[in-house]
Amino acid sequence: MNFFKRVWNLYYEGFKNMGPVGKKLWLIILIKLFIMFAILRLFFFPDILEENFSSDKERSDHIINEISKP
Amino acid sequence: MEEALVDWSRAQFALTAMYHWLFVPLTLGLSFIMAIMETIYVKTGNIKWKKTTQFWMTLFGINFAIGVATGIILEFEFGTNWSNYSWFVGDIFGAPLAIEGIMAFFLESAFLAVMFFGWQKVTKKFHLTATWLVALGANLSALWILVANGWMQNPVGMHFNPETARNEMGNFWDVLLNPTAVDKFLHTVSSGYVIGALFVVGVSSWYILKNRHIRFAKRSMVVGAVFGVISSLFIVLTGDSSGHHVAQTQPMKLAAMEGLYEGQEGAGLVAIGVLNPEKEVDNDKDPFYFKVKMPKLLSLLAERDADAFVPGMEDLVYGNTQQGILSTPKKMEKGDRALTALKKYNEAEEAGKDSLASAHLETFRANYPFMGYGYFDQPQETVPPVGLTFYSFHVMVILGFLFVLLFLLVIWFNLKDTILQKRYLLVAATWAIPLGYLASMLGWVVSEVGRQPWTIQDLLPVGVSTSHISASHVQLTFWLFAAIFTILLIAEISIMVRQIKIGPK
Repeated sequence: MNFFKRVWNLYYEGFKNMGPVGKKLWLIILIKLFIMFAILRLFFFPDILEENFSSDKERSDHIINEISKP
Repeated sequence: MEEALVDWSRAQFALTAMYHWLFVPLTLGLSFIMAIMETIYVKTGNIKWKKTTQFWMTLFGINFAIGVATGIILEFEFGTNWSNYSWFVGDIFGAPLAIEGIMAFFLESAFLAVMFFGWQKVTKKFHLTATWLVALGANLSALWILVANGWMQNPVGMHFNPETARNEMGNFWDVLLNPTAVDKFLHTVSSGYVIGALFVVGVSSWYILKNRHIRFAKRSMVVGAVFGVISSLFIVLTGDSSGHHVAQTQPMKLAAMEGLYEGQEGAGLVAIGVLNPEKEVDNDKDPFYFKVKMPKLLSLLAERDADAFVPGMEDLVYGNTQQGILSTPKKMEKGDRALTALKKYNEAEEAGKDSLASAHLETFRANYPFMGYGYFDQPQETVPPVGLTFYSFHVMVILGFLFVLLFLLVIWFNLKDTILQKRYLLVAATWAIPLGYLASMLGWVVSEVGRQPWTIQDLLPVGVSTSHISASHVQLTFWLFAAIFTILLIAEISIMVRQIKIGPK
């Protein structure tokens, strides 16, 4: 059996024969990742500089303005 | 910056970092304990060690699965709440965090599968290698984020580009081998090892108290306690080194940790003490209601010389010409010069006035090491919350020494084969699990509260690091995170407790 098939079998049979605790943990992982990336990241955590400015030059100017004395 | 926004952003970061840290140390410590147990199995061929390893591996899996990716939220916050800071740190974080991502993904995820699914699929030795690599991978991925944190405490190996307002990596090795980062990594991971050891000893003690799985429990307990003693010795050494470097790079933090207001030659280390909450740097009140000091130890820790001078908070705020310590108002002047020059440099550049720009640039470069001081109105603003830092430090140290005693007693009574009769010790060991987490959290409080008001030491205070967003938005996400993490924590504890109650097969 070649290497890739053995690796595939390791994962396939591992997931197939997983006990109830393992399945529950995977469910928790998937729900958690969904909440983090599809809800929190998307709706609550925009990248402020990425969204509000279109170039690195604009971002730099903004930050220089923010951090330097008037 | 609006005070409520800064406070909520700070609270949110503290909340998410601390919840994240609830899951990490057990992964770091338990992974090595499992690897040691499996090594004994491979060496002896005794199947009982295989079963022992598999049981702790299941608990490791629960903790790993629930904790995985909780740190990503911190990166979300960098972009939203801390955009000024994120831009300012520039490339410094990019390289370490990218390496962390790659390392965590390839080492942990690839070998984790072999570890859990591979018992019947690969040879004993290959499986053992996978278990060790998971432990190594978990610890190495902690390295990179702690290198980033070390840089914030002691920024080295970079130069600031005044045109882009970003720090650029000058020397990768200086960043990686920054003494603060090395200490931080070693001290932090060894605190994880102690938690792993306390967890194994505590759960095993619980089995003995319940008169279940006695042989399994004694076997596990000995490995856990020996690992705990070695890790504790390591934590003392790295703590000592860490204290020495803090004295060199963050003397204000060390002074707050010790409640030291007035500098002293041959300064003693406070073993226990009660602070006077009315004491401030600008009044003459006694700093302590009560204290027990170990003579000259603080000087020895800070300067490796029992008679050396250790500056207090008042020396650092008001200066001490005799000791060559610059006052904070002088640093504020220099910081102000740096910030004004930065602004004028960019204006001159924009107007094409090259010679003027280079004059401002020179002024900026000369004063850059003090830039952050230019944001303060009062020198007292550079003093961190003393009470929280002092008590966190002392409770952490006291707990650390109690853990050493606990591990030694567990080993001793196991050697004498009387551990089953020592119910008081078994109860204490079970309760030591939450105390281990408490000590580790307090370590982070010392590290992070003790360096306030800085995000990046001497360069960028917290108030300037936050983005201009509404405080109510941060407040909303604070409570969202509080709810999500609490649910995850309840899930972790309930699944873990259920699995512990089921016990080893």
